[in-house]
Amino acid sequence: MGSYVPSTEEQRREMLQSIGLSDYRELYKDVPAGMYLDHLLDLPEGKSELEVSRALAAMAKKNRVYDTVLRGAGAYDHYIPSIVKQIPAKEEFLTAYTPYQAEISQGVLQSIFEYQTEICELTGMDVSNASVYDGATAAAEAAAMARDRKRRITLVSASTHPDVINTIRTYSYGTNDEVKIIPTKNGKTDLEAMKALLGPEVASVYVQQPNFFGLFEDADALSDAVHESGALFILGCNPIALGIMKTPRDLGADIAVGEGQPLGLPIGFGGPYLGFMATTQKYMRRLPGRIVGETTDNAGNRAYVLSLQAREQHIRREKAGSNICSNEALCALTASVYLAVMGPDGLAEAASSSMAKAHYLCEQLCSLPGISRRFEGEFFHEFLLDMPKPDKVLAALDEKNILGGLPYADGVLWCVTEKVSKETLDEVVSIVKEAIA
Amino acid sequence: MKLIFEKSVQGRRCSILPTCDVPPTEMPSSLKRETAPMLPQMSETDVSRHYTELCKHVHGVNCGFYPLGSCTMKYNPRIDEEMASLPGFTSIHPLAPESSVAGCIEVLETAKKYLCEITGMDGMTFQPAAGAHGEFTGVLLIKQYHDSRGDQKRTKIIVPDSAHGTNPATAAMCGYQVVNIPSAPDGCVDLNALRAVLGEDTAGLMLTNPNTVGIFDENIPEITRLVHEAGGLCYYDGANLNAVMGVVRPGDMGFDCVHLNLHKTFATPHGGGGPGAGAVGCKSFLVPFLPHSALMEEEGHLQVRSFMGNFLVVVRALTYLLTLGREGISEAAKNAVLNANYLMARIKGTFTPAFDRICMHEFVLDLSEYKKATGVSALDVAKSLIDYGMHPPTMYFPLIVHEALMLEPTETESKETLDWAAEVFRTLYELGYKDPGYMHEAPHAAQIGRPDEVKAARTPVLRYTRS
Repeated sequence: MGSYVPSTEEQRREMLQSIGLSDYRELYKDVPAGMYLDHLLDLPEGKSELEVSRALAAMAKKNRVYDTVLRGAGAYDHYIPSIVKQIPAKEEFLTAYTPYQAEISQGVLQSIFEYQTEICELTGMDVSNASVYDGATAAAEAAAMARDRKRRITLVSASTHPDVINTIRTYSYGTNDEVKIIPTKNGKTDLEAMKALLGPEVASVYVQQPNFFGLFEDADALSDAVHESGALFILGCNPIALGIMKTPRDLGADIAVGEGQPLGLPIGFGGPYLGFMATTQKYMRRLPGRIVGETTDNAGNRAYVLSLQAREQHIRREKAGSNICSNEALCALTASVYLAVMGPDGLAEAASSSMAKAHYLCEQLCSLPGISRRFEGEFFHEFLLDMPKPDKVLAALDEKNILGGLPYADGVLWCVTEKVSKETLDEVVSIVKEAIA
Repeated sequence: MKLIFEKSVQGRRCSILPTCDVPPTEMPSSLKRETAPMLPQMSETDVSRHYTELCKHVHGVNCGFYPLGSCTMKYNPRIDEEMASLPGFTSIHPLAPESSVAGCIEVLETAKKYLCEITGMDGMTFQPAAGAHGEFTGVLLIKQYHDSRGDQKRTKIIVPDSAHGTNPATAAMCGYQVVNIPSAPDGCVDLNALRAVLGEDTAGLMLTNPNTVGIFDENIPEITRLVHEAGGLCYYDGANLNAVMGVVRPGDMGFDCVHLNLHKTFATPHGGGGPGAGAVGCKSFLVPFLPHSALMEEEGHLQVRSFMGNFLVVVRALTYLLTLGREGISEAAKNAVLNANYLMARIKGTFTPAFDRICMHEFVLDLSEYKKATGVSALDVAKSLIDYGMHPPTMYFPLIVHEALMLEPTETESKETLDWAAEVFRTLYELGYKDPGYMHEAPHAAQIGRPDEVKAARTPVLRYTRS
């Protein structure tokens, strides 16, 4: 049996006696007799560390680790520099709680302050919070934050990741608010359809950039129309793309959010990921979640603290805008280390290389008979193809230990990152060619 | 300490990626970034030293005693980390074909089996990413249940005033009107106050048990019976499950759904504020309302985040569960309770426990008399503990005790540590009478003195700007 209880049997007896008890049962005298479990749980016996590590390794082995991943759709397989894995594994960062006690938490608080700065730099915004759970919850929190007494409706583009749409819907179901979906035209948000849906009750419009199909939205035009109606414009962005793409601020967004996973976090079967969330000065006090601020200590030295707490649940209780407290601090730290290691040039290279490779694969595949893009338009590192025999294609790639694109809407949604070499992409093209022949 | 941006040198960089081996593609000019983001420009040595310096100014569970009440700061086993970094878990795409992810499914199914048995529930989701997120998911189950029956008149959620702030905030996020009921002096539910507010408009009750002062509410069977009788459902806030796992089960106490903090009870690390995991369990009649990913599973369900949640956190928790097994789970709970009672008894005689009776895994000290006598506040004592290498307890919570310090030692602390901690409390107790001024100024040995929080809130500086 495994145990992390250090006290010996003798010490336990001694401790019980010192408080005037002779048995553990007496500690639970308030538990009604019929409810106290007088038998062990119906579970296996505990195991030694060696046995447990064998059991978990056996489970991990039942998963297929692909040499190449050409699937994205919300989880992106970028290269993770070695040090990005090492630093967040330091026990102090790993095991600390939320930094309530600033005097012994300056390391965590400063790392969050640096993260907030980096997110502001990437998004062009004035204020970032310390993170939320993932990109989908960031979107839902942004939609909630944009509502006021009169404006309650959220419009979401149909070109958004389905999990993000559904999460926004779920949060809105909670508050009994309405979500309307803006249809797409050629894979992008339909401007005219959006205009028709806008009105005095619309609080915000959510658009993803690049969108679920990998396409760049005409964010400028959308933003103008949204603002004309008095609503807020929320842009969900890919943070790698932000290395070379115009900032959400420059594209007219009032709130910028996104999935931070591509910034050094493993795809990890879906989590933990990182929701980033930033806004302009104007909406600072509506931003949910932890925020770290700079101040001075009693000797006048620079110091960092959890700030603007008057917004939060432990002060405002049912009047708080969100119940969030724990967020994804260690993932935010990971993203910070990633951004420091990559620097502005490295991040731009990861972005432009991913984009170039996606375009290369797309062109090569589209030169094969029967394969074409579903939608025209500029794209980043994902593209939706119509192709013959998609099942056969994916199976043939699978045989070579390559995870092909995601079957979606009778097509295949492909993604390429900087991790994939030209040689592999050429191999993919020849496998596809053979499979559809 | 310098900020990372203050250490940055224009033109310095690490070499991580190869030169792109395909023809370049231009970003459309209308979308091209105009100025590069001001990110650090550093060598790998710079990055390594920067974060090593930062981590010297963080108090982790590995650094010393961390009796932060309500947060269950138990030791985080290293093997859990190693298992969660196996490439067979970290490299798995959430949308990979089902046939290629049998190991991930086994992790989730095994963890579900363990946690359902521990909680007495029938179904479970791992989608919620934290405790508060689990609360949100749980109350959404209640809402969907009433909605599915066309029962629209249930608009209120009852929350005792001793509850964590997340409870009322959660109920509000789910569109419910929050009915706060006063607690009995010991933080337990006042049955008369409960009866007075129950009715046809009751959607449910959110309850933490053991409660936020560390007492097991002996009226639990009556409480859940009354709520059910009124047609409401009972939600169990699992923040304090560490006291009772393997000893008594929320499902047997009459609760319909529960959230667990895997990062508290099941030893996964808190990471300085997440990632956690807020698994939610429920009885079979609520299983159809559990959240699912629209893309990964099927449409038509609610979902509280993308994919299946913080999977790698579940790997850590499962490693812990397999290690403890059927005996170890209750052994942990019982020793968490023993340690709390032992430490309380050792401190008694100096600082005063708010409730002089057997506690569960945590207890609250009431320093109001001490403050009257010495002028030294709970805050002063908390800050003074820092100088001894101890993380302060939770301060000023629950709100029903004034000058509160809440201590939760957990089962992974030894008798020697508890004896030492009691001595530190005794020393400070005496110091308060001798030299209160010194304690008002504490901490003295930390990296910074007390920060000016008012200034931080009045003139917010929330990012670095190059001067």
